Amino acid sequence: MCENFKNIATLNDVVPGQIAVIKELRTSGSMRRRLLDIGLVQDTHVECLGRSPGGDPTAFLIRGAVIAIRSEDCANIIIQPKEMHNNDTL
Amino acid sequence: MTRSSYSDTVKTIALTGNPNVGKSTVFNSLTGLNQHTGNWPGKTVITAQGYCSTDKQSYRIIDLPGTYSLLAHSAEEEVARNYICFGDADVIVVVCDATCLERNLNLVLQVLEITSQVIICVNLLDEAKRKGIRLDLALLSKRLGVPVVGTVARKKKSLVTLLKFLDEITATPSAFSSSDNNPAKYTVSTIQYPQPIEDAIAIIAPFVQNLLRDFHNKNSIPINCRWLSLQLLDPDPSLTTEINNYFGNSFLQHEELQTALFLAHKQLSEQGIDRNCFKDMIVSALVKKAELICTDAVIYDNHPYSNFDRGLDRLLTSKLTGYPVMLLLLTGIFWLTITGANIPSGLLASGLFQIQDYLTAFFQYIHAPAWLHGLLVLGGYRVLAWVVSVMLPPMAIFFPLFTLLEDMGYLPRIAYNLDQPFKRCGACGKQALCMCMGFGCNAAGVIGCRIIDSPRERLLAILTNNFVPCNGRFPTLIAILTMFFVGTAGGFLSSIRFALLLTLVIIIGVATTFAVTRLLSRSLLRGIPSSFILELPSYRRPQFGKVILRSIFDRTIFVLGRAMIVAIPAGLLIWIMANVTIENVSILNRFAALLDPFARLMGLDGVILIAFILGFPANKIVIPIVIMTYMAQGSIMELDSLTQIKELFVSNGWTWATAVSTMLFCLFHWPCSTTLLTIKKETGSLKWTALAAGIPTLFGIFVCILFTTLVKDLGYLML
Repeated sequence: MCENFKNIATLNDVVPGQIAVIKELRTSGSMRRRLLDIGLVQDTHVECLGRSPGGDPTAFLIRGAVIAIRSEDCANIIIQPKEMHNNDTL
Repeated sequence: MTRSSYSDTVKTIALTGNPNVGKSTVFNSLTGLNQHTGNWPGKTVITAQGYCSTDKQSYRIIDLPGTYSLLAHSAEEEVARNYICFGDADVIVVVCDATCLERNLNLVLQVLEITSQVIICVNLLDEAKRKGIRLDLALLSKRLGVPVVGTVARKKKSLVTLLKFLDEITATPSAFSSSDNNPAKYTVSTIQYPQPIEDAIAIIAPFVQNLLRDFHNKNSIPINCRWLSLQLLDPDPSLTTEINNYFGNSFLQHEELQTALFLAHKQLSEQGIDRNCFKDMIVSALVKKAELICTDAVIYDNHPYSNFDRGLDRLLTSKLTGYPVMLLLLTGIFWLTITGANIPSGLLASGLFQIQDYLTAFFQYIHAPAWLHGLLVLGGYRVLAWVVSVMLPPMAIFFPLFTLLEDMGYLPRIAYNLDQPFKRCGACGKQALCMCMGFGCNAAGVIGCRIIDSPRERLLAILTNNFVPCNGRFPTLIAILTMFFVGTAGGFLSSIRFALLLTLVIIIGVATTFAVTRLLSRSLLRGIPSSFILELPSYRRPQFGKVILRSIFDRTIFVLGRAMIVAIPAGLLIWIMANVTIENVSILNRFAALLDPFARLMGLDGVILIAFILGFPANKIVIPIVIMTYMAQGSIMELDSLTQIKELFVSNGWTWATAVSTMLFCLFHWPCSTTLLTIKKETGSLKWTALAAGIPTLFGIFVCILFTTLVKDLGYLML
């Protein structure tokens, strides 16, 4: 999926139906705490559910809850590229 | 019972939990109070309290704002955190959402670090069952080390167990903390942090313990030493302030503590642990612990995002259908409102005006002076009758319908759908939620803006909230639309036409909200949009019966009551103004004549403008004031239907253009007094309050003058 391996894969690279595994958060301050609060720590599985009509934000399934995150923030959430897979494998 | 003996025996229970887990429902079921509930995060923006009692014990229940974590970052989360840490609660009840328990445990574990006087209330068990989630509450209780109660808060019966545990925990606190001769019934689980953090805690904990010893006897919940040590290692400014308030400024200045803190920080940085890393390690430990606790205790039979939710979200938020469905729902609500309100409105009007005839007859019978009859019946009563007959039926339909959507969980989807356009205007999608609340009441909408974290974006939302019409302005819009653009004859087609027109008016309001937000974020409130995280709660089956009852009693009656309180004195005032004359011209007419030239520029007349000014305490009375003023000017007729009101208006020079101008000015003028007071309170600044009043007023005047000029020019062109 992620052929452009020069770039680091972020949550923006996940398309609806795919699952990604969180590697690290490249953000600080209150946003970092917000993301941690909703359970986005290392190794968390995140499923992309869909995008809003305007194309942004995107809805993710995170630890049983549906959370919408803007693309600017997704860009700071680094995922492990190889472990991205479709949800039918679950 | 005297007050002092009451407070001695009453135990204080604080309800906390993540946003949108049904805390308010638990609170209402326990206390019988009617805290308005809805299916979206951030509902409780102010702390509410109520009382309840069992046959053993009386309780004061405090409903805290929802929070994901006690590492607070927004105003209402600080309220929750400070209360749990430094408040006077005897027991903390953490309400959790059974459908995503693991996430909720993050908060549970943090609360458990502070105190062991905790009961976990796993709410929404029915929703969990519907989604195929099985929970082993006994195992959870064993692992957490505190009682875990499963509830379906909307069913009051299911709270019996919670009350039983409350009785037990308050009667025998020793059941929860072990002492030498009384082994603990529960052993509260503690969180093991990575070794560097544990070492740092170990360095400062003894000093904290020493300092804490003096304070313990003063406080009903002793502050946990380990927790406080952890916080001191990574203090946020608000907690520091709170600690200074609570313990006194000398606490943190204590020399030995400062030295220990310095040592601990040095040791941490030697191991390469900075503040970010420190926080990450703490949160990770919490999340991992929550994960561990839920293993085998929470079992998902289906995918957690159910097919039902998936399907509904596809319809309500997809690229193709998201916006059209939103408009369709809005139009549908308006259509139902107007179709359903027609007949009861007519019945109420004829009934109430019948009573007016009886009242008149009664006043004649007792030979009351004409001025008294005029003042009380033609003044006070008639305005009241108009407000009731025109406002009650649409509100009694509109509010329940809107509340049903809210209860189902649609409002966060609106915020999700509208985030992109709001972001383009430099604002936050949550502003859509405040806007929706504004439909009910702009003052409530302004308070609701607290859910927006960034101060800049919150101000944007507050300043523009008044651009959507509240329930006080809907009646004016509805009446004018019916009279001048749809016709009062009724029929299916005209009702559709009505709904579409009203939707158009709302769209104009929403479009203006966007435009003004954008303008403001490019000028006075310059800045880039901040981060945005929005939880989309799973859809819930709305509680039809309860929603209808509650929205009628809470909202409709409440709003109507307030309108009536204003309507009667306003009616009296107007009657006096219209009937006290100076040199044969009434005061009202003098004022109207004074304003008339300017009002004409805007396509209104002096009377309409005066009505808007006098309507400052409550927008609902604008139309009644206009009617009364026209009536006082001579034309006497029975006004028990909109058709007759229209005749009155037309005979006073109204055209369709006057109607449009009045609607535009109704949509865009100063907020009512309650809203302005709320804005003053929320922003704490006169400058912003003045702007909140000035922006819509100037905009309204501008739009009205523009419209009137255009119509005049076009009129000349057509001639």
